[in-house]
Amino acid sequence: MGEIMNELLNLLKQNALESPGNLAKLLGISVDEVKAQIAEYEKSGVIRAYQAVVNEEKLDASLVTTVIEVKVTPESEGGFDRIADLISRFPEVESVYLMSGTFDLLLFIKGRTMHEAAGFVSEKLATLPGVTSTATHFMMKTYKQNGILMHTGEGDERLKVSP
Amino acid sequence: MNDSKSLRSRIAQTVRDIPRSGIRDFFEIVSSREGVISLGIGEPDFVTPWHIREAAALALDRGVTSYTSNMGLLSLRRGISKYVEKKTGIAYNPEDEVLVTVGVSEGLDLAIRALIEPGDEVLYHEPSYVSYNPLIALAYGVAVAVETQKENGFRLTRAELEKKATPKTKVLLLNYPNNPTGAALSKEDVEEIAAFAIERDLIVFTDEIYDELTYDREHFSIISVPGMRERTIYLHGFSKAWAMTGFRMGFTCAPPELTEAMMKIHQYSMLCAPVLSQEASIEALKHAEKDIAYMKAEYKKRRNFIYASFKEMGIPCIRPEGAFYAFADISQFGMTAHEFSLKLLDEQNVACVPGTAFGACGEGFIRCSYATSLDEIKEAMVRIARFIEKL
Ligand SMILES: Cc1ncc(COP(=O)(O)O)c(C=O)c1O
Repeated sequence: MGEIMNELLNLLKQNALESPGNLAKLLGISVDEVKAQIAEYEKSGVIRAYQAVVNEEKLDASLVTTVIEVKVTPESEGGFDRIADLISRFPEVESVYLMSGTFDLLLFIKGRTMHEAAGFVSEKLATLPGVTSTATHFMMKTYKQNGILMHTGEGDERLKVSP
Repeated sequence: MNDSKSLRSRIAQTVRDIPRSGIRDFFEIVSSREGVISLGIGEPDFVTPWHIREAAALALDRGVTSYTSNMGLLSLRRGISKYVEKKTGIAYNPEDEVLVTVGVSEGLDLAIRALIEPGDEVLYHEPSYVSYNPLIALAYGVAVAVETQKENGFRLTRAELEKKATPKTKVLLLNYPNNPTGAALSKEDVEEIAAFAIERDLIVFTDEIYDELTYDREHFSIISVPGMRERTIYLHGFSKAWAMTGFRMGFTCAPPELTEAMMKIHQYSMLCAPVLSQEASIEALKHAEKDIAYMKAEYKKRRNFIYASFKEMGIPCIRPEGAFYAFADISQFGMTAHEFSLKLLDEQNVACVPGTAFGACGEGFIRCSYATSLDEIKEAMVRIARFIEKL
């Protein structure tokens, strides 16, 4: 059963809108079992939210994604948690990760223009006590996001009917 | 001389007698249409795993472009021998018991031509893969179809075999997991068939090309039954589980005498299998376990889905246990399988293959392949449900 439930999560990660009926058919379990397990995942926080994967490049006023490496001075109590939490609360900030290696936090932020993103860094981020340095990268093009290819390639080359 | 009638009369009688393939007929109709969702495709929708393609590309870059030994590269035959032993517990000597062929297609042809003399009878079970009957006919053998029953889940039974066996029966040709029914055999089923073959002193050809693709239990090969190795030609290949159809790679494992006999034909008709495909297959045997597990898990979900969908629609279908086909019983709609398939294509743009393409006893069934993306399968099932509602 554990394996089937893992599959359920994988299927939802691919398509959160998949109906309980279809999920039940795919996994060979009942609709009620699917619904109960999803409710359990939502309650326990395994599933945090359902979102659309948007191809920003297709939008007229596409947003600029900026990736920022941040070095911070860890605090004696709680290490990086307090400052990471503080940064996470800025609405511009989409994701925050604690990293191993040459810097400490990795941020993804979305802004309307590069200028706006640069403003966030100089005005809000760099001025936070504990932040010692930042390196800013602008994202140029998205090929794949959340496991989804953003540009669908060539079609099915197979013969339409074969033995 | 140049009128086509007289040309036709010069074509060998055996070839003239082979009917046009039902698959080809249907293919031509489907190809003339746009936007068809096809459940008629008998090959994986996955591309060959990257590292296997890379192995072929690397071999090409290294300038590996020559013939190989007739039998195939020894390192590949060693890999095949190890693979088969791991799956079945039966060891074949890579030096003289393993032959690399151009697909299982060639392996079948070799086995049949090497063993069959005019008038020899070959038992095979129907519904079956399309090439068995014609290949036997081309070798002047007598193809004797044993009809498997939906009541038995299309599993071959000893009782059915007994009814069709005669003193002229020389070979029994098996294919489980089965194309087109999706049936698989249990160990007990296999043992029963093996006992029949031993008692009748038959040679067995076993086409186990789908052996990796079973969804409810491990495949059990007939060569693992004591007394079978010495009377069996085991046929397998890379087309299905490795998603390598276009590489055209297969192999046979059989006692030295039988391998040598097949080799004689192979060396003159084929010389050897393509070297780049052989190089790719060496890689396939070394590192593809994860790829196979991934593809199998995908097929399994689709199998579950397609089976549950037919059930919901009230279309009887045995639960497919292997390969990637569901064989659905559409006899309640009062049409032949061909009529049903044509009408479904016409009204809903969904293609499946009429069961009769796999033998007369496939009447009343359609074969639906689930080697197609889940999104397409979902849409196809919606359309089929809509279609039968109006019947
Ligand atoms: C049962 C069976 N045997 C043999 C083959 C031929 O496979 P290959 O690509 O190895 O020639 C197929 C292909 O569809 C098949 O379904």
